[in-house]
Amino acid sequence: MTTRIDRRMAKLKTEGRPALVTYFMGGDPDYDTSLSIMKALPAAGSDIIELGMPFSDPMADGPAIQAAGLRALKGGQTLVKTLKMAAEFRAGDNETPILLMGYYNPIYIYGVDRFLKDALASGIDGLIVVDLPPEMDEELCIPALKAGINFIRLATPTTDDKRLPKVLQNTSGFVYYVSMTGITGSALADTGKVASAVKRIKSHTDLPVCVGFGVKTAEQARVIGANADGVVVGTAIVSAVANVLGPKGEKTADPAEAVATLVSGLAQGVRSARLAAAE
Amino acid sequence: MNKPATPNSFRTGPDEQGMFGIFGGRFVAETLMPLILDLEKNWNEVRNDPDFRAELTDLSTHYAGRPSKLYFAEGLTKHLREVSSAKGLGGGAKVYFKREDLNHTGSHKINNCLGQILLAKRMGKKRIIAETGAGQHGVASATVAARFGFPCVVYMGATDVARQSPNVFRMKLLGAEVRPVTAGHGTLKDAMNEALRDWVTNVEDTYYLIGTAAGPHPYPELVRDFQSVIGSEARAQILEQEGRLPDTIIAAVGGGSNAIGLFHPFLDDKDVRIIGIEAGGRGLDGIEHCASMNAGSPGVLHGNRTYLLQNADGQIMDGHSISAGLDYPGVGPEHSWLRDSGRVEYVPILDDEALEAFKLTTRVEGIIPALESAHAIAHAVKIVPAMDKDQIVIVNLSGRGDKDVHTVASMLGMEI
Repeated sequence: MTTRIDRRMAKLKTEGRPALVTYFMGGDPDYDTSLSIMKALPAAGSDIIELGMPFSDPMADGPAIQAAGLRALKGGQTLVKTLKMAAEFRAGDNETPILLMGYYNPIYIYGVDRFLKDALASGIDGLIVVDLPPEMDEELCIPALKAGINFIRLATPTTDDKRLPKVLQNTSGFVYYVSMTGITGSALADTGKVASAVKRIKSHTDLPVCVGFGVKTAEQARVIGANADGVVVGTAIVSAVANVLGPKGEKTADPAEAVATLVSGLAQGVRSARLAAAE
Repeated sequence: MNKPATPNSFRTGPDEQGMFGIFGGRFVAETLMPLILDLEKNWNEVRNDPDFRAELTDLSTHYAGRPSKLYFAEGLTKHLREVSSAKGLGGGAKVYFKREDLNHTGSHKINNCLGQILLAKRMGKKRIIAETGAGQHGVASATVAARFGFPCVVYMGATDVARQSPNVFRMKLLGAEVRPVTAGHGTLKDAMNEALRDWVTNVEDTYYLIGTAAGPHPYPELVRDFQSVIGSEARAQILEQEGRLPDTIIAAVGGGSNAIGLFHPFLDDKDVRIIGIEAGGRGLDGIEHCASMNAGSPGVLHGNRTYLLQNADGQIMDGHSISAGLDYPGVGPEHSWLRDSGRVEYVPILDDEALEAFKLTTRVEGIIPALESAHAIAHAVKIVPAMDKDQIVIVNLSGRGDKDVHTVASMLGMEI
């Protein structure tokens, strides 16, 4: 099967540049604003969208994404609404891949079969579920693959060569390399180490490798993008939303515009990545 | 929920995947997976290693003060027989306390901490992190870290830091750093999230000393095994003191480590009735309780599938209990399995009932129990008067109540 993710990655390969993968939190700070952010992403230069599913207990996330999730939940976001948001976006854009990213419990409670059916109907292309390692593949990964939805696995600095084949076994779409041990939004790891880790993963798989955790600026996106097939930015985007919210959550500027400005800069970063590398 | 088929033994779990039926498992981020596999490998190496066992036994004996006594609670028994007579029943079983409150650090938590610190030492780890609710596990962790020369960071919800200040001070005296966690309601669930975030960041040198029989496999199994000394001793002690097994055993369940420790050696004694007590808080009608097995549903949190307090969207709720140690919206996965299999009954006790049992035990036994343990005693107070005089009940007195005097004073409207 080929999915929107496969097609988008193939297209970028012919263009000779890495993908810009943008994460934002569904429902932050409210449904309508969040949908306007999502709709602004492709025009600003996002190649792949990660739509965050808020969870009350995000164990792998730093303070910025924790706060974004709580704002979304306070704003009434649910998994039902997150899927609806994807469907509304999809009605106007049939090309940009959408990944759902989050934790397993809301999906488990929704019901795996019902979730996969509704996710497909909403135009979802892939899933990133932080707390489902390969040991738990029977839960969601295998059913998702059968349903035709990519399951994107995280590989980390602790995933050694012996373990890597197990992590890659049922991965599809791309491999998400977590640049350091830690939570989202921490300082970026040594870029030299990241480059060699990407090389190591690529020796085990033909899948594209995207790198995330710690990328905040266009310059970092350029440096990381020189050696990876994609660059994932999340914390910087949810922070851009937080920065235009007042103490009571009121909007002091347009969050969609704030995010679009940031993403445009990041997009220039990834577009200059290979040029810089070729010099 | 389909009831699982009754197994030949209730003591063989978990399976190789860390599952107790549908419960348990390893629902963690990939970064932690290699660490958990490494822990499992080391655990399997030492669990039957005579040298490891000998070192643990020596420390348990001379450092922690084991075996803990099995005490005939004559004052409480007499009181409950009077209650029985007043009701015209003329009964009242004999009540025994398993005195985990007499252990070094004042609770059962030391049993697990001694086992895990020896494991951390074997694995060459350099730094200990722990989460704590009431502070009992934090104190026990800080204690073994001091004893073995490890730096120790304890994550504790900000609400619990405020209501358990004596334990916070003890941890600091022992050289641990206490990091208050303000996320959520600032209780045990939030402390556990933050400890996991620390662990996922400091993977090279850090040992996560989980305090209860929950979390990703192998923690529920290894914590249970270290705590099973409670039930093994109690079983041998009651056979020696009474010449027979008890009719009923009772323990309070937060995460459930003192309970699984008492229960596990009795699980295949089919005539022994086993009752776990959940925190009923202010009642099960609203959300001000922590009775995940009575009022929750199965879900995935903190590395395992288990009964949780959650809403229809799968978001975890903050519960409530007068007792910080029971203030957790989940429970260890083996308890969830024992619940569904029907082997163990789980019943709620309200804040007020626990407080009454706390006061009663103090008055008639001269023992100030931890509020957690007071929940278990409160259930004994309910059922013992209707039992026969020749029946026997063992209650796990999991900890002493010195840490709770501020909470109790404020509930009674007194200043100290």
